[in-house]
Amino acid sequence: MNKRSLIGEFTKGLIEENATFKAAIGLCPTLAVTTSLVNGFWMGVAVVFVLTFSNVFVSILRKVTPDQIRIPVFVILIATPVVIVELVMRAYLPAMYQILGIFVSLIVVNCIVIARAEAFAYKNSPLRAAFDGLGVGAGFMIDLMLIGAVREFLGTGTLTVGSMVLPSKPLFEPMSVMLTPPGGFITLGVLMAVLNIAFQRAAAKRAKTVS
Amino acid sequence: MADKLLITSSPHIRAAKTVRSIMLDVVIALVPASVAAVVFFGVKAFGVLAASTISAVLAEYLYEKAVKRPVTVGDLSAVVTGLLLGLTLPPAVPLYVPVVGSAFAIVVAKQVFGGLGTNFVNPALAGRAFVLAAWPLHVTSAWLNPLTMDAATGATPLHAFKGGQAAGSLVDLLIGNRLGSLGETSAIAILLGGAYLLMRGVIDYRIPVAYLGTLGLGVFIFGKPGALFQGDPLRGILLGGAMLGAFFMATDYVTSPVTPKGRTYMGIGAGLITLLIRYWGDYPEGVTYAILLMNLATPLIDKFVVPRYYGYAHDVAARRKANRAGGELS
Repeated sequence: MNKRSLIGEFTKGLIEENATFKAAIGLCPTLAVTTSLVNGFWMGVAVVFVLTFSNVFVSILRKVTPDQIRIPVFVILIATPVVIVELVMRAYLPAMYQILGIFVSLIVVNCIVIARAEAFAYKNSPLRAAFDGLGVGAGFMIDLMLIGAVREFLGTGTLTVGSMVLPSKPLFEPMSVMLTPPGGFITLGVLMAVLNIAFQRAAAKRAKTVS
Repeated sequence: MADKLLITSSPHIRAAKTVRSIMLDVVIALVPASVAAVVFFGVKAFGVLAASTISAVLAEYLYEKAVKRPVTVGDLSAVVTGLLLGLTLPPAVPLYVPVVGSAFAIVVAKQVFGGLGTNFVNPALAGRAFVLAAWPLHVTSAWLNPLTMDAATGATPLHAFKGGQAAGSLVDLLIGNRLGSLGETSAIAILLGGAYLLMRGVIDYRIPVAYLGTLGLGVFIFGKPGALFQGDPLRGILLGGAMLGAFFMATDYVTSPVTPKGRTYMGIGAGLITLLIRYWGDYPEGVTYAILLMNLATPLIDKFVVPRYYGYAHDVAARRKANRAGGELS
């Protein structure tokens, strides 16, 4: 396998190895916290931070980590940035911390973070691991924001971006089901299907123009 | 020469029945209930039925075009799904409710799982469950008074009945002169359609009989608050959506067991769940979820209810003995 460029390590996490829509991992917070765009954004920020630092830590220590106990070592290395995120959020964004609650702490056992540590950071240099963590984290953040936006718009009729509410009045009767867990599953399933079809068609088109 | 010899497995005799002819029979059987709905609830009822049917067909067409599959609108299964969904809705719902419900039923509950024959739940009921969860207020309160067609306030007769109050005369219940969803009010119209389907051999009597029998028995035992064995089984069956569900939804080929015994079990199970939801649950009526849950149980029922092979003995002990002896048992 030939090595990618650093930029390539970043961009592969966005579409090609997208955590939610391609690998379908880390679905627990994906379903639980995506009732609005803002929730999705902050959860995404937390994961980008944790994933980047945990990847770097794991990569730095990869040569001295005994193989047999690598998973416990990963968990401790992941827990460090998670605690930082948790404390910072509790101090500066108490309202958001109330909403995300346990799911911030649960990033410790998030399978995206552990999967990137095991599959990538454990075998690559710290710089590569950092770019990989940023890329996969950013991809995950986009996924959460996308699902959150769809669910918020259909479930409340409006979309809150920063301090703006768009449109100011719901254009249609909000569908309360979209804010409940079934709505999360439906949104995730439909988006996954639509995006994968779009990716496939784009890939087919690219292959045609190359040949 | 070799290709002239055609070798196929049985069956070799084919009936003239096609998906289209069966679906056409179901549409014909739904005509009395639809007509009754329009007679009692007027032009709004027609609007709901038209919106749900047209959008179901349109959703099927657009989806199959979008994913480049052969368009199967001609087999009329989408018409049946749309019409059935419309019949489960109250007359005064805003029209986007049937439209979204039909689109959900066709695209998410049916086509995504491979289209007709591979859907794991009844699409019409899945669509109803979705709109019920999306706009609970509309789907459980947009009633119209029959004939006068003005907005009705207050509880449906099923609600009153569960509270132990009188719930209208039997004649009104039979012809459909009561509050309710479009297709569920007129028992006679449903029975007409059901009889037609039974006569044409489209549905099996076991599911509706087991379903309504179980429900009736349960209502008789538990139907009166504070007293056992004093309920009114007839009103228990006639009120609510059990009749429509038993004849037209629980009998869906794709999502009901294939064996006769399995179908009886499905009917009994649906009856029990309806009873549970009605009397001990939060929802006013449980037919939708009862049938959906039994749809999910169908593969399990088919797995455990295996019919006896032709020529084998009833008696398991005798069969074992015969096997041990190594002989055939006639």
